[in-house]
Amino acid sequence: MCDTCGCGESEAPLIRKPGEDKHNHVHTHTHNHGDQKHSHPHSHYHHHDNPHDQHDHNDHAHEHHKADHNHTHRKEILLEQDILHKNNLLAERNRGFFDAKNIFAINLVSSPGSGKTTLLEKTIKKLGKEIPLFIIEGDQQTMNDANRINKAGAPVVQVNTGSGCHLDANMIYLAIKKLEPADNSVLFIENVGNLICPSMFDLGESKRVVIISVTEGEDKPIKYPTMFETSDLCIINKTDLLQYVDFNIARTREHALMINHHLEFLEISAKTGEGMDTWYDWVKSNNP
Amino acid sequence: MHELSIAINIIEIAEEEVHKANAKEVNEIEIEIGVLSGVIVEALEFALETAIKNTVLEQSIVRITKISAKARCTNCGMEFEIDDYFSPCPKCKHLFSDIIDGKQLIIKKMIIS
Ligand SMILES: Nc1nc2c(ncn2[C@@H]2O[C@H](COP(=O)(O)OP(=O)(O)OP(=O)(O)O)[C@@H](O)[C@H]2O)c(=O)[nH]1
Ligand SMILES: [Mg+2]
Ligand SMILES: [Zn+2]
Repeated sequence: MCDTCGCGESEAPLIRKPGEDKHNHVHTHTHNHGDQKHSHPHSHYHHHDNPHDQHDHNDHAHEHHKADHNHTHRKEILLEQDILHKNNLLAERNRGFFDAKNIFAINLVSSPGSGKTTLLEKTIKKLGKEIPLFIIEGDQQTMNDANRINKAGAPVVQVNTGSGCHLDANMIYLAIKKLEPADNSVLFIENVGNLICPSMFDLGESKRVVIISVTEGEDKPIKYPTMFETSDLCIINKTDLLQYVDFNIARTREHALMINHHLEFLEISAKTGEGMDTWYDWVKSNNP
Repeated sequence: MHELSIAINIIEIAEEEVHKANAKEVNEIEIEIGVLSGVIVEALEFALETAIKNTVLEQSIVRITKISAKARCTNCGMEFEIDDYFSPCPKCKHLFSDIIDGKQLIIKKMIIS
């Protein structure tokens, strides 16, 4: 529950610019869990004494409901509907907006601390005068990253997802309304630091970029294949630390390519600037 | 975990359908999850158990079917079953393939009343 207004919308993302008051979150939930209550009395309980005793791993049905109701009007609905249908529709809407305004939108995904914000700070300083850059920052809590971006000199909106572990297309939709990115600009979306959940949610981005740092261990692609499978570019960051860690870049690339043979790679150090020109070139060559 | 978001999406779709049909609740729901969809079936079941409280799905039978994945070798075109991203082609041993099935997250059907 939101503890300022008591609205019960704990799921609502908090979207604001640096310096903005805390309590202006958007109430986006349209459905209402409260009004769909069953009107007939249930004398049985919903329980799982042994929820796993009837699994057979390929087709396991859970008998949530053993008491027999005599419902008269049963209706079968053949849906064939994608569970993420709503997100995908909204993502397409964002994509249409980006296309119309000729905005190159990049979704940056990684584990926490791989260097996303540092990469953006450097990019703003280097490319900010040449190309209009806009940033959406996704974190569960705090304005820290938005404040860093603000200081680096680019317009930014922070999305705080609260308990949510990823950005979704609706949050981006709301954030771009607030951010108002210009025509012919580049929009960077820094996703919540998490290598699993963001991979499922299309934001309408033009390209997805996954960042791993050499301190994370070279088995990241094998452990989190979905993220590498859905990305267009893989940035290997913190190459300045290669001499201190056991990280075989060639093997990492090989593993990542087995998952996604279309993946491109860049090796950089956002700290020392090594390899950063390849990244600036990539951004510029993709920017229409 | 994103399985909770997936569960909430399932509930939203179910509520919409029940509402559209002027029905009261869902009796049965059939869901298909590809093994390469990124959703762990056990985690989804766990998320659903708590998320369906006080929704149209509270009393429903939930059937989740895992769909196995298929890949096509980029070298020889062979189609083969896989359960991870790292299986080489069984025919030519080539390492690269394209996923052609096993990424779905679908509500197949529902019985409502
Ligand atoms: N040595 C070294 N350190 C780096 C490099 N890039 C970033 N760092 C450091 O790594 C730490 C995390 O960097 P951030 O840019 O905050 O990482 P992030 O991915 O934005 O982190 P979250 O938003 O928390 O997920 C900071 O201490 C950075 O200074 C690099 O190329 N080399
Ligand atoms: Mg950051
Ligand atoms: Zn082959």
